[in-house]
Amino acid sequence: MHDPRDVQVPIGPQHPALKEPESFLISLHGEKITDATIKLGYNHRGIEKGCEERSYIRDLYLVERICGICSHSHSTCFVQAVEEIAGLEIPPRAKYIRTLISELERIHSHLLWLGVAGHEVGFDTLLMYTWRDREVVMDVLALISGNRVNYSMNTIGGVRRDITPKQKEEVLKATGILEERTKYYIWLAQNESTLLERLSKVGTLSRDDAERLGAVGPTARASGIAHDVRKDDPYAAYAELDFKVITANQCDVYGRTLVRLGELMESYSMVRQIMQKLPDGPISIKAPRKIPAGQAVSRYEAPRGEDFHYVRSNGTDKPDRVKVRAPTLANIQAVAKMLEGGYLADLPIVIAAIDPCFSCTDRLISLRQTDAQSKNTATWESLRLKGIEWYKSKGIDFSSLNKKLAESL
Amino acid sequence: MQNPEVRKMTEEEKIKQELEEKFSYLKDTVVVKRSRRIFANLSPEKFDEVFAYVVKQMRFNALCTITGMDSGDTFTIMYHLNRESRIVLTIETSVSKNNPAIKTITPIFPNADIYEREIMDLLGIQVEGLPAGRRYPLPDNWPKNEHPLRKDWKASASGKETQNA
Repeated sequence: MHDPRDVQVPIGPQHPALKEPESFLISLHGEKITDATIKLGYNHRGIEKGCEERSYIRDLYLVERICGICSHSHSTCFVQAVEEIAGLEIPPRAKYIRTLISELERIHSHLLWLGVAGHEVGFDTLLMYTWRDREVVMDVLALISGNRVNYSMNTIGGVRRDITPKQKEEVLKATGILEERTKYYIWLAQNESTLLERLSKVGTLSRDDAERLGAVGPTARASGIAHDVRKDDPYAAYAELDFKVITANQCDVYGRTLVRLGELMESYSMVRQIMQKLPDGPISIKAPRKIPAGQAVSRYEAPRGEDFHYVRSNGTDKPDRVKVRAPTLANIQAVAKMLEGGYLADLPIVIAAIDPCFSCTDRLISLRQTDAQSKNTATWESLRLKGIEWYKSKGIDFSSLNKKLAESL
Repeated sequence: MQNPEVRKMTEEEKIKQELEEKFSYLKDTVVVKRSRRIFANLSPEKFDEVFAYVVKQMRFNALCTITGMDSGDTFTIMYHLNRESRIVLTIETSVSKNNPAIKTITPIFPNADIYEREIMDLLGIQVEGLPAGRRYPLPDNWPKNEHPLRKDWKASASGKETQNA
């Protein structure tokens, strides 16, 4: 006998509750989620294949574009693997600058997450506050690298830009401001009852499940697993820095919030240590164009968790294989578990709580030729015309609207 | 001064030693590339035995990911395991290009599901024993027998439009 309370709800790939395309098929019993299946792949861009067809230095810029938010994570993870195969030991100053950008990136990413989490639970004031504060670190990143995202700091053999004393001053000033703000957010998370009650016992993931399903990063650490690649498998300058691995035992969204807030405080302290210890010397060494045959596994603690790159070279200037496993792909498998038994209304915050990044996850796609003469590139104008024609073919014509708009101006 | 590094090296050396003692055919195929990175090469027949031992007896109980690649005459499959998030052991095995198939490891690692589907889609290797599920990462209307990570596959050669469904 079919129970009328049992329904299946498709959510996505396009849905107001989702920030990127992914699709969920949710089985419900009343308001309760009984089962969730996830379909990914909508952001598949063919980056792994693309890497095999480009030289190492071009690949560096390509992998940087796997993700906008953790662009430095992917480029560092990749370049570390290449340097390991080539046997390049980068200068200490380059290691520190890489680490600095890495922590500044974590600060901007965690502040962004805090805002998204606030937004998902209807606490939009928090979104406004944190995203305003995030501008402080974005300005610092722009000051150092010239870019708000895709910093292009890495090159094979070191970094491309040095830190000037003036920039150093700005970074320290920004760190001071953000530290004060973060202290307030920690106070808020501990005392604001709406936040506490809305996030507690939501999206629970037991320690056992987190281990079994291979969760990484803040998601795993909020389930009591003290794993952090920066500590466990140190790279860049992390072995020389003093920091704690933040964990929580709540195993829910509230725990994930506390872990990220705690990590922000650790990041500020690390930025100060880097500025204090920043060694003098060159920022890069010359790298060969051709990389000798070999293989390397590189790991990196991105804001969302362990980023994993595997590179195999064959002695030419192009890699034989580049494999990327972004943290969201490791965490997404735990999301189905977190959703089960919860309420449908909790879905947005539960998904947001792993800080998903589906662009990272679906690295690959192939460029498809839509017509012969345009080769592989489409101009803005041709895309616009294609869009107009596509809507016309569906019976929607905006041209009269456009005319009206032009007349009224 | 190098003491901590030396102590860690012995842990990797111990792992290599244990593997080679337990499985004599692994002699000279286990390589400690650097601290915390070990690579081992296995023939497909020996895979199950060694893999189960490494996971259950040697505490390599977390799977980072699975890498598949086209190596010309064969496909190479690499399982990247880690111990306490520190030491990464990569177990490499190969599979023939005629009806390529591997066995699923989802009974040991449930999170292998998505990595195995990725190998199915991108390299066209069958994964035996993997429960039915949605494909990843290619779209549902992707042409059959087109596997982008095969070396003979070129983006421009396959001209079918998949976007306008």
